Amino acid sequence: MMKLSPKVLHNLLFEMMRIRQVQLAIESRYLENEMRTPVHLCIGQEAVAVGVCANLKNNDYINSTHRGHGHYLAKGGSLRALIAELYGRESGCSKGRGGSMHLVDAKVGHYGSSSIVGGGIPVGTGMGLAIKMQKKKNISVIFFGDGAADEGVLYESINFAVLKKLPVIFILENNQYSVCSHISARQAGENIFHAMPAKLLMTKIVNGNDVRQVYDGVNNAVIRARTGRGPSFIECRTYRIRGHAGCETQDVAGYRTVGEIDSWKELCPVASFQKKLLKNKIITPNEINKMERKIENQIKDAFDFALRSPLPAPDTLPLYLFNE
Amino acid sequence: MPCGRLFPHRIRFLFIFLMSKNMLRSETKQNIIEPSFNNEVKEDKRVLAYHEAIREALQLAMSQDRRIFIMGQGVDDPDGMFGATKNLHLQFGRERVFDTPLSEGALTGISVGAALAGMHPVYFHNRPDFLLLAMDQLVNHAAKWSYMFGGAKNVPLVVWACIGRGWGSAAQHSQALQGLFLHVPGLKLVMPSTCYDAKGLMLAALADQNPVLIMDHRYNFNNKGLVPPKPYTVPIGKGVIRRKGRDVTIVAVSHLVTEAFHAAQEAAAYGIEAEVIDPRTLKPLDEEIILDSVAKTGRLIIADCGWKTGGFTAEIGAMVAERGFNHLKAPIKRIACPDLPMPAAYNLEQAYYIGKNDIKNAILELAR
Ligand SMILES: Cc1ncc(C[n+]2csc(CCOP(=O)(O)OP(=O)(O)O)c2C)c(N)n1
Ligand SMILES: [Mg+2]
Repeated sequence: MMKLSPKVLHNLLFEMMRIRQVQLAIESRYLENEMRTPVHLCIGQEAVAVGVCANLKNNDYINSTHRGHGHYLAKGGSLRALIAELYGRESGCSKGRGGSMHLVDAKVGHYGSSSIVGGGIPVGTGMGLAIKMQKKKNISVIFFGDGAADEGVLYESINFAVLKKLPVIFILENNQYSVCSHISARQAGENIFHAMPAKLLMTKIVNGNDVRQVYDGVNNAVIRARTGRGPSFIECRTYRIRGHAGCETQDVAGYRTVGEIDSWKELCPVASFQKKLLKNKIITPNEINKMERKIENQIKDAFDFALRSPLPAPDTLPLYLFNE
Repeated sequence: MPCGRLFPHRIRFLFIFLMSKNMLRSETKQNIIEPSFNNEVKEDKRVLAYHEAIREALQLAMSQDRRIFIMGQGVDDPDGMFGATKNLHLQFGRERVFDTPLSEGALTGISVGAALAGMHPVYFHNRPDFLLLAMDQLVNHAAKWSYMFGGAKNVPLVVWACIGRGWGSAAQHSQALQGLFLHVPGLKLVMPSTCYDAKGLMLAALADQNPVLIMDHRYNFNNKGLVPPKPYTVPIGKGVIRRKGRDVTIVAVSHLVTEAFHAAQEAAAYGIEAEVIDPRTLKPLDEEIILDSVAKTGRLIIADCGWKTGGFTAEIGAMVAERGFNHLKAPIKRIACPDLPMPAAYNLEQAYYIGKNDIKNAILELAR
């Protein structure tokens, strides 16, 4: 395992806690029916977003999915603009036109996310193509789920990325489910790209609930991409604690057991990392409390900001179709 | 056994050459100089073939704008996309003019991503039929990105496809799918009909910062016309009157503009003067030029090389019924391909396709 400074480790924890607390805050107010957009919470998957993005620079690109709050925040997207977007406000990151599934913050290299499963995969690949054509040094990272890995566009995109040696990292966030369908009902076996020769495509499977494993796995891929040696494919095995969409009480019963969910709660990426840092005396309980309070303040500020922001004026409906 | 092993290289080349010659002959009536309706050209009169006009636009644009690049199956072939991209890779290098895998879905998304990250791709398809594999990226992504993110990012992208016709190309290699794309907000839809416009609209599409779909027609590639050497743009959203007339308005699309022009010339012998309007871009559409003409003539014929139901003729008919109803003296006539797949047998092709005579008959019937 790579040696990381306490500062970096604190930061990994802070970012994961922040994503978790933001999700819980959204969830706690979701049934007020004021955030009128289908939220796909990433509770239980925070280590993937954080472990990946901690390796990235501001000008690196990410491409995210319908389950994108964590990716957006980990990449440095504005929390105020996220919450405002969920409330459909003009001050939202997409000016209330996108909703939960279409977040954007161009200032931090987040150029938008698609809610068509797999749709962002070629888009992120094309951003890698642009980087290469412009001879820039940044890289493009694509998050997608195991459901997206069912789609043929993944094959086409990886083939092209390998063919052109693009600075692209494919992050397969395998939480085992697409809505209620388990991966075993959809895929014939291990993802086929793991069989690719490493020279063409570096591939790896990491424990997606262990932020250190994700961080290290991606670190190699980032170096590879930045030095012009081509793409990588990293599968992060994790689990979606909540239902497919909405808050906890809206998850449908019958497609997985309570035991299954509970066993994964035991492997909570945030709690387990906290425990590890405490045990190794890298952090104190007091420092963790401070982090919690800091995040609470940020969340309160973001919700206040969103709720005092105006909705988009109805006469702005036709705006933004084209850039004229 | 692949033909690579069956034939030595030289013979294989000859074989391919003969094949393409054959195909070309099939789709070529004869080279025609465009009718003198090309009223834009005032100076620098020079005759170019249609493909040369497109090629010149690409060449000029790429020399000026580093962001522009060309991709597509066979853009660097000896044939170079019917000549439109021929040998551009020799001038600009294979980094900027490159062949692609047969992955229309992903490559469209890749062009969207490249556009988001600062490039201006031109993605060539020799048939619109293949765009159906790219619908997700065209409709769900390219067309949505600007709106969906409140204008935070836009997609400067040109997608070009060429409608096929004839030589038994049949149901999956001759579709004119403009009606499908017309339905989608967020895509601009361009259909040139002259060499002058082929160049000017390509340059306009490349100056535009949004997704522009250029739907060309194989029959346009028979044209030669007046094209000034300098760079110029033809505005997207402005139609043009190709022939003035007081009795009937014809709105025709792509290669049917020429057909409509000849039909109008022949109808003039019967004392009927038809006005021919070339919308040039189906979206945005120059509604006013059509409505002004109908206000004058009171009669409307719409001719489109696509299908009738839910297509361009339906849309124009509805628009005029909605906004110009009081001017109409007779029912609108629509001339479009029947709602059937294209057949292969040449006599069925003849029965299927529409052209000058259908338009002429419609003029005579309407003006009677
Ligand atoms: C092309 C497409 N098919 C189906 C859907 C409906 N859908 C939305 S999210 C989802 C699950 C996708 O699963 P996965 O990629 O594993 O992401 P996860 O929800 O697990 O994060 C599905 C099927 C869609 N949005 N797009
Ligand atoms: Mg999943």
